[in-house]
Amino acid sequence: MSDPAFEQMYREVILDHYKNPRGHGVIEDADAEAEGQNPLCGDEVSIYVAFAEDGETIDEVKFSGRGCAISQAATSMLTEMAQGRTATEVATMDKDELLDEIGIPLTPVRLKCAMLGLTTLKVALHKAKGTPLPEGLAGLDELELT
Amino acid sequence: MTAGTKLDARTLRRDFPIFEQEIHGRPLAFLDSAASSQKPRQMLEAMDRFYETSYANVHRGVYELAERATAALELSREKVRAFLNAPHAREVIFVRNATEAINLVAYAWGLWNLRPGDVVLVTELEHHSNFVPWQFIAGKTGARLAMIPLDERGELDLSGLDAVGRDGAVRVVATNLVSNSLGTINPVARLASWAHEQGAIFVCDAAQAAPHLRVDVQALGADFVAISGHKMCGPSGVGALWGRSELLLRMDPFLTGGHMISSVRLERTSWGELPHKFEAGTAPMAEAVGLGAAIDYLEAVGLEAIEAHEHELVAYALGRLGEVPGITLYGPPADRRAGIVSFNLEGIHPHDVAQILDLQGVAIRAGHHCCQPLMHRLGVTATNRASFYLYTIPEEIDQLVEGLHTVRKVFA
Repeated sequence: MSDPAFEQMYREVILDHYKNPRGHGVIEDADAEAEGQNPLCGDEVSIYVAFAEDGETIDEVKFSGRGCAISQAATSMLTEMAQGRTATEVATMDKDELLDEIGIPLTPVRLKCAMLGLTTLKVALHKAKGTPLPEGLAGLDELELT
Repeated sequence: MTAGTKLDARTLRRDFPIFEQEIHGRPLAFLDSAASSQKPRQMLEAMDRFYETSYANVHRGVYELAERATAALELSREKVRAFLNAPHAREVIFVRNATEAINLVAYAWGLWNLRPGDVVLVTELEHHSNFVPWQFIAGKTGARLAMIPLDERGELDLSGLDAVGRDGAVRVVATNLVSNSLGTINPVARLASWAHEQGAIFVCDAAQAAPHLRVDVQALGADFVAISGHKMCGPSGVGALWGRSELLLRMDPFLTGGHMISSVRLERTSWGELPHKFEAGTAPMAEAVGLGAAIDYLEAVGLEAIEAHEHELVAYALGRLGEVPGITLYGPPADRRAGIVSFNLEGIHPHDVAQILDLQGVAIRAGHHCCQPLMHRLGVTATNRASFYLYTIPEEIDQLVEGLHTVRKVFA
């Protein structure tokens, strides 16, 4: 790669998470789960959560589905970030924390790719624990969330 | 330039100001005309001229400017009529886009004519614009939505048609003329005549066809035909619905309000004549003028020349793209498709392909192209799509192919 623009966007850590995603798979009998879609491309992600014995601390997060490098890498990073935190901590996690971890400039369109995993995880936690819904979905509690 | 003459894309390109710039330090290779086309100076100037010299609300005032504006709007209507070879200008209704045109038919015809047990037949190739309105109205009326499937080449498989028609319940057949995803040119005249044998209406989404090939509503035998201005060198915000007057006259309006009435009393309002009954509110006047100018431009170049140019580009693109390792190309052979090529690179998501191409000045579409049923059929969630128009030159396709090699290097 000679062009610095590619290097900036597809830096090694993104490609590494994309090619070797952490937490990729399914948790059978998960304590919380949800499916999310990126309407831009039709990509789907399923998120599975297992809680520790206290029923509040996240023991493990896994994900399945297809997506672009940005969404897959972001979700992969997220599974590591969420582990050991409580449902409430993750539900109120600021999106900038994940964006800092991703560490690349994202256009508004690609931001949707990057946020797909976090949004879906927050929906899963909401369904299981009644934690706040993610920004943008707030107020949709009355509607059926998949 | 007369129709049938080969067009000179390099010369035409100078009419399009968008190409007078570089993107990320590279010449702009704009390969997303199927999403929306670029705009020629002639069309932009026609809109400016209208605003600067003839602007007032139409069909209202009796003063000079209102007369000029009304004449300009109606002249554009006549241009659309001639462009589509429609029998009457009053059958041409200005709408926002093809999606609104199809919603007009789905609501103003479908909602009142469909009954439980009726069948609305669409295709697996449909853009959501000609799928979701029918699914929604079928849900409201108890009608059933059925789909003509695709064969392996990405063309409609009509072998099951007679089975679908056996119950005599088909009331609407709705298909596009050209697929926006694969570029497939569908056998619309045949489907229209089959629809009429069933006693069904035939609704044709010609949004992706009108920019590229001659659309003749009478030769197609359709009942309704929808087009979008923005895909055919016109401005966004205007499209047209053509409908047979026998049907339009028997339909209630879609939107109600100003302009579309003949008289309003507390007890009752009577509807205006065609086309006004379907044009509530202030029309997209300047946009309609722009659409008229776009039609003038396309007719001067020649639809036949545009179609031939795109066939050449598609054949060239299919050959060049075939050189890229790990590529899957979707859709029919070059001679049976418009200027659209959909593809995937093995192991690399279309968003990533499109992003890295963008950094090399190449604009393509990556996603589901508003065709999720089709994507499902192809077993993918998204594809890359390169699409061509009258201003596309082979160097842009070369730039795309070179870009794809770089994409593969980044992901190697």
